[in-house]
Amino acid sequence: MNRDDFPMLNNNNIIYFDNGATTLKPKCVIDAVNNYYTNHTSNIHRGDYDAAIDTNKKYDEVRHLVSDFINCDPNSVIYTSGATMSLNMVVFGYMKKHLKTGDEVLLNKAEHASNILPWIHLQEEIGIVIKYVPLNDDYSLTLDNIKKMVTPKTRVISLAHISNVIGDIRDIESIGKFAHDNNILFNVDGAQSVPHIKIDFKNSNIDFLSFSSHKMCGPTGVGILVGKYELLEKMDPIFYGGGMNNFFEEDSSYELKSIPTRFEAGTPPIAEVIGLGEAIKYLKNIGMDNIHNYELKLRNYFLEKVKDIDNIIIYNKNANSGIIIFNIEGVFAQDTSLYLNHYKIAVRAGNHCSKMLKDEINIRNTVRVSFYFYNTYEEIDKLIEALKMSKDIFKVVL
Amino acid sequence: MNNELKREIIFDNYKTPMNKGLISDDTYLKTNSNSESCIDNLDFMMKIENGIIKDIRFDGEACAISTSAASIMIKTFIGKSVKEVKKILENYKNMIDEKEYDKTCLGELNVYDDICKQPNRKNCALLPMQAVNKMLNEMDRS
Repeated sequence: MNRDDFPMLNNNNIIYFDNGATTLKPKCVIDAVNNYYTNHTSNIHRGDYDAAIDTNKKYDEVRHLVSDFINCDPNSVIYTSGATMSLNMVVFGYMKKHLKTGDEVLLNKAEHASNILPWIHLQEEIGIVIKYVPLNDDYSLTLDNIKKMVTPKTRVISLAHISNVIGDIRDIESIGKFAHDNNILFNVDGAQSVPHIKIDFKNSNIDFLSFSSHKMCGPTGVGILVGKYELLEKMDPIFYGGGMNNFFEEDSSYELKSIPTRFEAGTPPIAEVIGLGEAIKYLKNIGMDNIHNYELKLRNYFLEKVKDIDNIIIYNKNANSGIIIFNIEGVFAQDTSLYLNHYKIAVRAGNHCSKMLKDEINIRNTVRVSFYFYNTYEEIDKLIEALKMSKDIFKVVL
Repeated sequence: MNNELKREIIFDNYKTPMNKGLISDDTYLKTNSNSESCIDNLDFMMKIENGIIKDIRFDGEACAISTSAASIMIKTFIGKSVKEVKKILENYKNMIDEKEYDKTCLGELNVYDDICKQPNRKNCALLPMQAVNKMLNEMDRS
């Protein structure tokens, strides 16, 4: 779908299956970024000249695009540098202030480093207790397993909507309702879901949602944190400086600006925010249901074809997203990715920042293929063909 | 050395590496070597007696280049003096970094002499040497 929109696909003879890491950029996004630098470079908030007024309008408009895209209040949309920063703001700006020693936070071992390490650090700082919800036999995460881990001390459930390795879509509507009914905060990492499926912030009872622009056809360097407004009112900024205060005086009194501006100290990534706005319009135009359904078709096509190759081990057959992890039997994942690079096929090898998942799947490193709407059946045929010839892998990579 | 022979030596050392598997012995120096740019992660242990490398062992997960380089390095180093090993380490690094080096001291390690054509594999080829270097430095400091 829409391949002509992507200069990188047209200019390079590559097959790009590393969309879980980052996505390619359509021309409209590149043009929007270029247009800012070419025609209306200026800072936001403080300029009275035409370019600045134009920039301000374009920049603020993106909050409304986000709000419309995921159904949330535009005033609770905070621009960050990416999902990692967003998640750290939740943990150190909100949780650090409102959790206390002994409070329990439910995580799971398939989470990305960004949704585990900040919590481990908070554990060191204030003595929260981290509990890992067991995964099912197919490594998916269910509400039933979450319920089994809940105690009267459970204060937070924090999880990725879609795991970046297993690719299972977690039932956030049910989990959100359960969390809400039990007075538990629900923190969602949407980095792998917002670009691929429809998500409804309000109706899923989400308290905080984090995601990155660059995984959804937008520029790098910008991301979003959305929080319930009443929670954001009780959250501390991580950064203090220009643009986020009303005044500060010699007697150390100061006043912060309103939400969300108080969380955006310094000059933000203006071009990138504007580019993200274009990306959202672009994805909306294609339709999130169309994107998800097409990715599932690609997935099923790959799984059907790969059945014919007997030395490929697939670890997440049951997942329902465009993420597939596998290994060629007896071959180190990185050797496989280098081998596929020989055929101009871009995949990712490693633990995919989920370093605890090895405890569950008993293997440390895998090859990850992650599809997006611009991938094709023909590209999958080429991957299958390369995998079929992989008995000669060391003649190629050595 | 022709490319076919190089490939054969690398492949053999990858498939059946020398001294893969650690042992429990406190007289060994120990270190971990992992790469920030890729996913190789190997543990090393080395025994030195009277200035001679008596044994080196390793274990972990790594690609064909790192694993084979560990194996060939172990074969090359065992029985040599610390002084000789330091000379090899220096020349090997120069070879990988495309600087001038003395190929006569490297033996089978010369199989990696054109790894510079694949820049993202340089670190893989250097990983085992960095481990030995680290252990020698730690020994010198103590």
